Amino acid sequence: MSGTDTGNTRTAQDVEPRIGVRDVSMSFGELNVLEHIDLDFHENEFVAVVGASGCGKSTLLSIIGGLLEPTQGSVTAAGQPVTGPGRDRGIVFQQPALLPWLSCLNNVEFALRGEEGLSKAERLEIARRHLADVKLSGFEDAYPNELSGGMKQRLALARSLSYRPSVLLMDEPFGALDALTRQEMQILLTQVWEANRMTVMMVTHDIEEAVFTADRVVVLTPRPGRIREDIAIDLPRPRTQEMIATERFQSYVQHIWDLIHEG
Amino acid sequence: MASTKRRRSRRLRTPLSRGQRIAAPLVTFAVLLALWALVTETGMVDPLFLPSPSAVAQALVDQAAQGALWTDIGTSVYRITVGYLIAVVMAVPLGVMMGVNEWVLSAVEPLMDFIRYMPVVAFVPLTIIWAGTDDLQKFLIIWMGTFFQLVLLVCDAVMQVPQNLIDFGETLGMRKHDIITRIVFPSSLPRIWDALRVSLGWAWTWLVVAELVAATSGLGYRITVSQRYFATDVIIGYVVVLGILGLFFDQVMRAIGKRAFKRWEGRS
Repeated sequence: MSGTDTGNTRTAQDVEPRIGVRDVSMSFGELNVLEHIDLDFHENEFVAVVGASGCGKSTLLSIIGGLLEPTQGSVTAAGQPVTGPGRDRGIVFQQPALLPWLSCLNNVEFALRGEEGLSKAERLEIARRHLADVKLSGFEDAYPNELSGGMKQRLALARSLSYRPSVLLMDEPFGALDALTRQEMQILLTQVWEANRMTVMMVTHDIEEAVFTADRVVVLTPRPGRIREDIAIDLPRPRTQEMIATERFQSYVQHIWDLIHEG
Repeated sequence: MASTKRRRSRRLRTPLSRGQRIAAPLVTFAVLLALWALVTETGMVDPLFLPSPSAVAQALVDQAAQGALWTDIGTSVYRITVGYLIAVVMAVPLGVMMGVNEWVLSAVEPLMDFIRYMPVVAFVPLTIIWAGTDDLQKFLIIWMGTFFQLVLLVCDAVMQVPQNLIDFGETLGMRKHDIITRIVFPSSLPRIWDALRVSLGWAWTWLVVAELVAATSGLGYRITVSQRYFATDVIIGYVVVLGILGLFFDQVMRAIGKRAFKRWEGRS
């Protein structure tokens, strides 16, 4: 009615979730990392997973990505059981996995080679467009070693967005960046996502980052990680920097902070 | 101003200017050469044991004029090229396979480690029985001296490729074969190149060993023959030539590597 979208409104409750996590537990030998995780990620929803370091949030991401097999439980993607990594679940790693011998444009084009029925010219055109989306126009012919940390991560983001995975998994994507660059990246990511919605799971230890970017924040307990609380972030879109100072924003941050630190 | 300058130059690892970097090693060589000239030209040492620099230079000029020096270099470079290339062509694929496949690694690594510690020199008599004293025996010795080391170095280079590059390839749905050839191998190329450069140096050692023991041509052969005639000037001259050749190939490899892999992380 007002045109602002709170993001967490869902048309139908019975719609198949994009990602379904069912009673997932994970242990490495004696060490229990995750216990009985049940989570749904719905279409075009931006979910942030936060928790103290070592709570298993990155492990959960790897399980959803198919890079790790859970000790117990299962994961489905669009209703199909996850048995390994796949093109439907793109991952942005904390250390951007760029190919140093390819230019920015070709790094993105590389990810598109798996798309059927695309000519090289079409792939380059798509790549160019996605570089523009993350404000890397003019750097098409630059190589990764010529980019700053933030630019590298933007390139990795453009690459993951270019082949339109149905879910984007981000593993502390800005964790290795300095505070200023991280803020810029959070704003850019939110803008890109608001212009072009998709299902996102982002793992982070930065509470403000989670509240700023996400529709839902899932808080995990310290090891072994269980779901402490699943909080809908009822802030209007587009998100703006001014919102951070608002009481509503800060009360979310405070609440999540309390959840993580009450032990 | 002056005080800060003095403090700076006293710091550890203060970088040199380009001119200083070129001058410093030249001074080292010049001092060594001067010492050599001093003890020989003054007659302090019997020229039979240590001929003077000028005598060595003259011996080399004579060898060059006769053409012997050039054919010797040609023969030795040919042997090293063939023997070493065979080792490289075999070691790189095997090393890559070991680096990406735990089965191959477990099956092959202990064997490579074991053979690596067998002294190659001890195989020289055996290789003569197997392959005679022709080029083939030289190839065999060079191959034995470099292949087993190189396999392990290549394997190590491949294992250094960050896991998240492999994970990335898998999330793109790439096949294993494509991940190896299009992500893992190119990622490990700078380290593989370093391994090739280092092992080429060893190849020179094994070549000379093989030529010293049994050969009818080549740089090592000329050294053995010269020993019979007490031609120490030729021996020292040839040793210097071997040093220069080794240094030359090393610098060429280094320059190519620096140029080709300048875009890889952590390399200048």
